[in-house]
Amino acid sequence: MHKFLLNNFYFFKLNILEIPWRMVLFVCIIFLALIPLVASDYVMRILTFACLFAIFAASWDILGGYMGQLNMGHAAFFGVGAYVSALCNVNLGLSPYISVLIGALFSVFTGLIVCLPALRLRGFYLALVTLAFPVVLNGVVMLFPDLTGGEMGISGLSRLVATPIGNYYVMFITMLISVFTMWKFTDTQSRFIRTGVIMRAIREDEIAARTSGINTILYKVFAFAMSAFFAGLSGAMYAHLIRVAGPSTLTLTLSFNPILWSIFGSISTIYGPVVGVFILHPMVELLRLNVIGEEIRIILQALVLILVLLFMPMGLTTWIRDHIEVTCLRCKVINIFTRKKCRICGASLHLEKGKRPAH
Amino acid sequence: MVLTLFLVNWLATAGYYALLATGFSLLFGVARVANFAHTALYMLTGFLVYTFSSILGYGLILSATLAICSVVIVAVGYYMLVINRVKEQPLAVMMVTFALALLIQETLLTIFMASLRGIEPFVVGYLEIGGVRVSYQHVFTIAASAVILFGLIVLLAKTKLGKAIRAVSQDTEIANVMGINVGRILLITTGISAALAGIAAAIILPLFSIEPYMWLSPLIVIIAAVVLGGLGSIKGSIFGALILAFAEVLVITFVPQGGFLRGVASMLALVAVLIFRPEGLFGVAFEEERL
Repeated sequence: MHKFLLNNFYFFKLNILEIPWRMVLFVCIIFLALIPLVASDYVMRILTFACLFAIFAASWDILGGYMGQLNMGHAAFFGVGAYVSALCNVNLGLSPYISVLIGALFSVFTGLIVCLPALRLRGFYLALVTLAFPVVLNGVVMLFPDLTGGEMGISGLSRLVATPIGNYYVMFITMLISVFTMWKFTDTQSRFIRTGVIMRAIREDEIAARTSGINTILYKVFAFAMSAFFAGLSGAMYAHLIRVAGPSTLTLTLSFNPILWSIFGSISTIYGPVVGVFILHPMVELLRLNVIGEEIRIILQALVLILVLLFMPMGLTTWIRDHIEVTCLRCKVINIFTRKKCRICGASLHLEKGKRPAH
Repeated sequence: MVLTLFLVNWLATAGYYALLATGFSLLFGVARVANFAHTALYMLTGFLVYTFSSILGYGLILSATLAICSVVIVAVGYYMLVINRVKEQPLAVMMVTFALALLIQETLLTIFMASLRGIEPFVVGYLEIGGVRVSYQHVFTIAASAVILFGLIVLLAKTKLGKAIRAVSQDTEIANVMGINVGRILLITTGISAALAGIAAAIILPLFSIEPYMWLSPLIVIIAAVVLGGLGSIKGSIFGALILAFAEVLVITFVPQGGFLRGVASMLALVAVLIFRPEGLFGVAFEEERL
C-alpha cells in the first residue's frame, strides 16, 4: 500500500517544494485561504468574484483549449445556470444549494443542445455559430417578461451564506474542487484518467483520432457537458451572490471575458485561465475605484492583452513556467531554474557551449 | 400596401446588412481576420459624420467623405500596428479586434454620452407607391447599396487588383511566390473593408438614430449572414444578408412584439441552414489542413 501510494501519487513523495510550480501553487492556496483574516469586505468581494469567474474561465478552457471547439457563446451556459437557479429558488422556494445544482444540470442540457451543431461544424464556423446562442436566449428571456422579469431580471434570491467571509470560503472551496476536477480530467500525464490525452488527440487531428479507434463524438459530447456543467455552476452561484439573475448574464462581453482571461493566462492549461482571472479581474475592479479608471479600464485591459500577446505569445503562465523550470535532459524530471545539476540523476541541466549532454 | 412596405424595408435592411457583411467577409476571406470591430467602424463613421455635419457645419457629402477616409486610416493603422503582429493566432486576432470595438465604444461614450442622435438625410421628401409613403432616403439607400455591391463585384472579378486579392485569398504563399506584394494587398483589403463599413454607415444611418451601443446587434447579424453564405464568399454574403433581412423584417412586420424576436429569427435561420449545409450556402467544403 505504502509503495503503491509512493509510486502513483507524486503528492506523497513530499517533493512539493522541489518542483517550482507546485511551490507557487502551494503558496497561492495558503495565501488565498488566509487572506480573509486581514482583507476588507471590498477586497473579499472582489476575490469572491475572482473565484467564481475562475471556474467560468477554466470551463471555457476545456472546450476552447483542450478540445479546440472555439465557443464564443459561453455566456449561454452561464445565463442558463443563473436563470434556472433563480427560478427554482424564487418560484419553487428550493434551498440555494439545491437550486445551484439544478441550474448546473440545466446548463448541461443546454450544452448538449449546443453540441448538436458543434458536431458538424469546425473552427470559425463553430465559433461564429456559438455566438448566436446567447442572443437567442436573450430574445427568449425578453419574450416572457412575466416569468423572467424581462430587462430587470429575477431578484430576491436567497444568499448562499449570510456573511461575506462565509461567501468567500464557499466560493473558494468550490473553485478548488471544480478546478482540480477539470484539471484532472484534462491532465495529459494522468495515469488513470485518459480523457486528457484523448481530448488533446482530437484537437490535434480529429481524423487520426477517429482512425485510432477513439469515439470522437462521445468525447466531444462529454467535453461540452462538463464545460457546460461548470459554467452553469458558476452562473448559478453568481446569481445567488448578487441576488439577481438578469440579462447581464447573457452579454457578449461575458462570452468574451473567459477567452480573454484564457489567452492572457495561457490557453489549454486550466490553471492559466485561473491565474488570468486572479490578475485581470482585481485589476479591472480596482481601476473602477478612481475617477479616470472607469473610462480607461477597457483601454488598459486591451493594452495589457496586446502586450502579453506580443511578448509572451503562449500566455503568462507558460512564459513563467518556462523561466522558472528546467527539465532534465536525461531523466525528464522538473528542476528549479537555480539548480546546475538535476536533483535526481545529477546530469548537468544547462548545456555548455560546444558540448553535448552527457548520455 | 403592407407588401410594398415590407418590400421596401426588406431591401433597405438587406442592402445595409449586405454592405457590412461583404466588408467582413472580404477581410476574413483574404487576411483570415475575423474583424469584430467591423460594425464599430461603421458606428464610428456615423459619429464622425454627425460631428462634421452637425457640429462643425460642413456639407453632408464632404463630411461623409472625410468620415470614411478617417475610418479607413484608423482601420489600416490598427492593422499595421497591432493585428499584423498577432496574426498567427486566430483567437488573439479576434480578441484584439474585439478590444478595438470596445475601445471605440468607450471613447464615443465618454465624448457623446449614451443619448440618441440623428444624422440628416441626403435627400428629403417621399414618393407614393400604391398609397404608401416611401421616403427618398429609403430609395437612395437601396439604390446606393446595389450600385456599391455591383462595383465591388466588378472590382474583384475584372481588375488586376481584384485578381491579386483573389489570389491572396486562395493561397498566400503561392501568391507571394508569383510576385504579388501580399502585405500591400492585405492593407488594401483592410482599407476596402473599412471603406465598405463607412459607406454603409453614411447611406443607412440617416434612417436610424446613432448611439454608442449600436454596434453590437448588427455585428451578430452580419456574422450570421457571412456564415450563412459561406465564409469568404462575397456572393454568399449578399445572399445571406438577403435571407436574414427577410426573416427579420418578416418577424417584425407580422408577429406581435416581434422586435424582441428579430435576433432569434435570424439566428434560428442560421442554425437551420448550417445543420443541413455545414459549409454555408456558397462555401466550399474542404478538409482542414493537416500539418
